Amino acid sequence: MIWAAVLVGAASTYLLKLAGYLIPERYLVSPTLKRITLLIPVSLLAALLAVQTFATSDGGLGIDARLVGLGVATIALSLRAPLLVAVLGAAAAAALVRALGWLP
Amino acid sequence: MSADAAVPRSGIVRDAIGIGLATGAYAISFGAVSVAAGLSVWQTQALSSLMFTGASQFALVGVLSAGGGAVAAVAIAALLGVRNAFYALHMVTVLRPRGARRLLAAQLTIDESTGMAIGHEDHEPSARKAFWATGIAIFTLWNIGTLIGALGADVLGDPARFGLDAAIPAAFLALLWPRLDTRLMRVIAVIAAAVALLLTPLLPAGLPVLIAGAVGVAVGIAMSRGTPMTGEDSS
Repeated sequence: MIWAAVLVGAASTYLLKLAGYLIPERYLVSPTLKRITLLIPVSLLAALLAVQTFATSDGGLGIDARLVGLGVATIALSLRAPLLVAVLGAAAAAALVRALGWLP
Repeated sequence: MSADAAVPRSGIVRDAIGIGLATGAYAISFGAVSVAAGLSVWQTQALSSLMFTGASQFALVGVLSAGGGAVAAVAIAALLGVRNAFYALHMVTVLRPRGARRLLAAQLTIDESTGMAIGHEDHEPSARKAFWATGIAIFTLWNIGTLIGALGADVLGDPARFGLDAAIPAAFLALLWPRLDTRLMRVIAVIAAAVALLLTPLLPAGLPVLIAGAVGVAVGIAMSRGTPMTGEDSS
């Protein structure tokens, strides 16, 4: 099942890239469609961010070390740190509060 | 990453390698969280070489690890890939690729390669060089970074002990950050996050994200009537 998601997902994203090279522009470009294209990543990434921070394995919501990690990533990004520093900082902070037993 | 138009032409390859190294380092975290999420090293590597668009890759892995199912994971990854089609619409006028080169150009059409080409748009040969150099450098280093991260996580074991589960939301934040350049985008991000959280206890994993995405887009369209939007290229 994971392989199916990987391969179908990869085929979908590739065909979207290819479509831009094959389909005449006049069929695709409208101001509303352009707006939707800008809004989709913001909406989906924000939703994914929220769910991946608070969703628990039993289908509910909860606060754990991931939130501390997100806080550290926020600080890192607002200090203009590179992406990798933000991500590694988040992982290190979460690992630390778990090792100290402060949060699950 | 939007390119700076003031960069001298001779710096194109150097810039491409610089961006490649930065994203390659980021790919290490993708490889690690993907394996931590339960994908094999081969599945992780297949995503980086065949899908090759970071936000979609992180989304697919994140939704699968949350138990969201393959259909929701593929749908969210594909929706995040829609913007590449618009980058391609733009790049086709700059590159004018023929035959098999179109197939290759398509795979390399991502935020960074498009952004670098747009940065050199005043001089078409430079724009083409920037696209190909950036695309090839990132593809190579993104895949090497993924392999390092995937093998590393495979050896480390227990992802939570090393905080790898916290790396996933941090990665989404890093991808989101440069897109929050207008008040509208920040409002939409908050609305989408709130809708996703409200629905999470009520619906199977994966669906809340899709619905929140649709609500965010609908509200954004309603709010942005008649006003220009920015945030075209960034990541």
